Amino acid sequence: MPQLDARVPAGPIAGKWDRHKFEMKLVNPANKRKFTLIVVGTGLAGASAASSLGELGYNVLSFCIQDSPRRAHSIAAQGGINAAKNYQNDGDSVYRLFYDTVKGGDYRSREANVYRLAQLSVNIIDQCVAQGVPFARDYGGLLDNRSFGGAQVSRTFYARGQTGQQLLLGAYQSLMRQVHHETVTLFPRREMLDLVVVDGRARGIVVRNLKTGEIERYAADAVILATGGYGTAYYLSTNAVNSNVTAAWRAHKRGAYFANPCYTQIHPTCIPVSGEHQSKLTLMSESLRNDGRVWVPRKVGDRRPPEQIPEDERDYYLERKYPSFGNLVPRDVASRNAKQVCDDGRGVGETGLAVYLDFADAIRRIGIEGIRDKYGNLFQMYQKITDENPYETPMRIYPAIHYTMGGLWVDYNLMSTIPGLHVLGEANFSDHGANRLGASALMQGLADGYFVIPYTIADYLASTPLPKISTDHDAFKQASDAAQRQINALLDVKGTRTIRHFHRALGRILWDDVGMSRTAESLTRALAEIPKLREEFWHDVSVPGAPDNLNQSLEYAGRVADYLDFAELLALDAQHRRESCGGHFREESQTPDGEALRDDEHFSYVAAWEYTGPGQRPELHKEPLVFDEVHPTQRSYK
Amino acid sequence: MRLKLRIWRQAGPTAPGRLEDYAADDISPDMSFLEMLDVVNEGLVRQGKDAIAFDSDCREGICGMCSLVVNGVPHGPDRGTTVCQLHMRRYKDGDTITIEPWRARAFPVVKDLIVDRSAFDRIIAAGGYVSVNAGGAPDGNAIPISKAIYEQAMDSAACIGCGACVAACKNASAHLFMGAKISQLARLPQGQVERASRVAAMVHQADAEGFGSCSNEGECEAVCPKEIPISNIARITRELVKAVWRGGE
Ligand SMILES: Cc1cc2nc3c(=O)[nH]c(=O)nc-3n(C[C@H](O)[C@H](O)[C@H](O)COP(=O)(O)OP(=O)(O)OC[C@H]3O[C@@H](n4cnc5c(N)ncnc54)[C@H](O)[C@@H]3O)c2cc1C
Ligand code: FES
Repeated sequence: MPQLDARVPAGPIAGKWDRHKFEMKLVNPANKRKFTLIVVGTGLAGASAASSLGELGYNVLSFCIQDSPRRAHSIAAQGGINAAKNYQNDGDSVYRLFYDTVKGGDYRSREANVYRLAQLSVNIIDQCVAQGVPFARDYGGLLDNRSFGGAQVSRTFYARGQTGQQLLLGAYQSLMRQVHHETVTLFPRREMLDLVVVDGRARGIVVRNLKTGEIERYAADAVILATGGYGTAYYLSTNAVNSNVTAAWRAHKRGAYFANPCYTQIHPTCIPVSGEHQSKLTLMSESLRNDGRVWVPRKVGDRRPPEQIPEDERDYYLERKYPSFGNLVPRDVASRNAKQVCDDGRGVGETGLAVYLDFADAIRRIGIEGIRDKYGNLFQMYQKITDENPYETPMRIYPAIHYTMGGLWVDYNLMSTIPGLHVLGEANFSDHGANRLGASALMQGLADGYFVIPYTIADYLASTPLPKISTDHDAFKQASDAAQRQINALLDVKGTRTIRHFHRALGRILWDDVGMSRTAESLTRALAEIPKLREEFWHDVSVPGAPDNLNQSLEYAGRVADYLDFAELLALDAQHRRESCGGHFREESQTPDGEALRDDEHFSYVAAWEYTGPGQRPELHKEPLVFDEVHPTQRSYK
Repeated sequence: MRLKLRIWRQAGPTAPGRLEDYAADDISPDMSFLEMLDVVNEGLVRQGKDAIAFDSDCREGICGMCSLVVNGVPHGPDRGTTVCQLHMRRYKDGDTITIEPWRARAFPVVKDLIVDRSAFDRIIAAGGYVSVNAGGAPDGNAIPISKAIYEQAMDSAACIGCGACVAACKNASAHLFMGAKISQLARLPQGQVERASRVAAMVHQADAEGFGSCSNEGECEAVCPKEIPISNIARITRELVKAVWRGGE
């Protein structure tokens, strides 16, 4: 089986990045404007990359689906961003952030990348403050911190409950400044439909102009994808509704390996599904578990309202099973347990797919005002959506898909297996292993964009012969014809069922069989059902409207079509990984107490899949994981 | 419940538009307003008819993408709420709801309920930022910022750039949008160096885009989903006056 080389620089971990920065080639300032770089995506990763590269003088083309770069999904992040500033003097350090992240990822990430991330985390905060990002301050006027899961120090910086918004607006404003300086050109309302590869190198993209329907071609010297995660494969998730795997998937079909697609994160505290009509799920910050107690009725099928269930007929199952961590067990453990009690028939609410998060004790302890101070906006949001008053009756919560650790494989320079194609942010697989810690995605996106890619892309550009090419090149023609053919094919089905019907059906398969816990049997079932559903889709989907103007049905159909392909890889990866780790729980592989049991002997590697053609089994490549610094151990929360 | 909808349909930027009638059946009070439209659209798609085009993304009130005028009010009847967070329990069986796009000269209709708000991006490009390149920033704690200043800056920074303020204003003025950004940066130490040039450039750009002037009616504040107060607009005037003074020095 072929092995992958991540090209991690030699030497002690703490000096790798500095040394690498020195050894990489540079592009002379006068030459930078001669290089054209495409950046797809304007979330934290894409906006920070495009603005930084513009500042350096490159000619940058920036693409996104929304009508403005400021609306990328990153805007919705609430909680905060980690950084090893140690402003609290509580023992934090670059090494500790590195350690926590490797451990939190259940020893399935690449040490060198994580170390660099921890190092750069401190620069991110400085950069954002300089941009005017209003991070929370304490009474002395210094930056404030809160605590997050998986860490014993306070290192999370935040801007009320809108950290993602404020960080993204900082990056967006820097981006718009470069638009003003004409180093960056914006292409909003564009959807990337293909990657153009010439002589083995990424040299451009083909997009659909979502306003006019036109297929457009753009050539460049290198392409950067920062197109976010694939959580919406599950239909219902906390992600924005236009999130998709299309750009990454089509790059995969052109030769970029897809790594660890089965590593998905399920967040335990979301507002439960209320009915078939539901289009997305809303996250309730996990900070609520500091004061809320999770419970379900002891008896199966107990339909009484919560206030009529006496104390001794309630099961505070997290406190019962994990006496030392209680309600604060990590996300994956809390999620799996909620599913378990609901599968046992003890779930609450109309659908039976929810558990209570009860604040009655906390209210008795610190009063309604105390709770309002801490969680007022969350309680209000909950009430808006459910029409229930959580001060009086327990919240109902249920897990939902939230983040995807898997993504396109990249080396230490964030370059994929296609030379010239770089992948940043949630779209790559690199730093979070099998489970991401809270407040670490924002950190990674900005580290990639502000501080990694500006260096590594120069090395690529300076050391690669890049003859000028035009969009008349055969490869562009071939890619745009292929995109057009797919569009026509979707419009030509003229079936009877809606796109949403298929997306919902796919979501159900993935949630049931490739969700919070997975078995050999469930995965075999999913792998049989997904191709069947895909067949049906291509025979019976109804995609109305025309190709040559704004057509949201067509956009949606393209994304669902790609998910129907991608889902099979997701299930296949989950099937091949016969161990549990982080967010990937194989029921066959658990400790006697029901915790995730890794199999380091057989699975301590990154699984990177190569596309081998339609209907062909993808080929598995392995990047062995070596732990020189942090010694893998079994996690325990008892 | 069953509702009667009157929805603005317009095939393209230059095509004529008109209100068309639709029935929304089987609407549950737990649905959000946009999920109600999803249901209507599913019905249309099933019949092979063109779905009603409308913008949305986060569906939790933060991205600023959704942009519907509901019975004459941008984002609908609930104060401090985007239309994606509006729920159908606000309505009762038999209600008629009229749904239209933002209307403003600077926001041309793209299709149906979707408008082009790129003028907002160009206002920010004109000066709505602090000019710092990546790398080389001083330590984040080098300049303490009082909690009060932080809170005020954050109140302004909460703007989601949806454009409801423009849609509600009879002059289609962008002053609340601009005022929010100008105030945020004027309050923070980092925003001081470019304070004068920023306000001048942004106001100039807004004029060029065809946004109207502000006559202090306060409709913008009333519909702002983030409840950004019009005191942010007064700030523009103060900053402009200061800019002129400084320019004369
Ligand atoms: C509700 C919620 C709360 C969260 N809270 C936190 C938190 O508190 N802390 C934390 O660290 N993380 C948090 N996360 C995770 C974090 O927000 C994301 O992982 C991160 O923002 C992803 O950033 P990104 O730049 O990689 O991609 P995104 O922000 O997802 O941006 C993707 C970009 O790519 C564009 N794009 C996508 N496909 C295409 C295509 N085919 N063609 C053209 N453009 C395309 C989009 O238009 C968009 O501009 C949260 C996530 C959610 C859902
Ligand atoms: S869809 Fe994002 S604010 Fe309404």
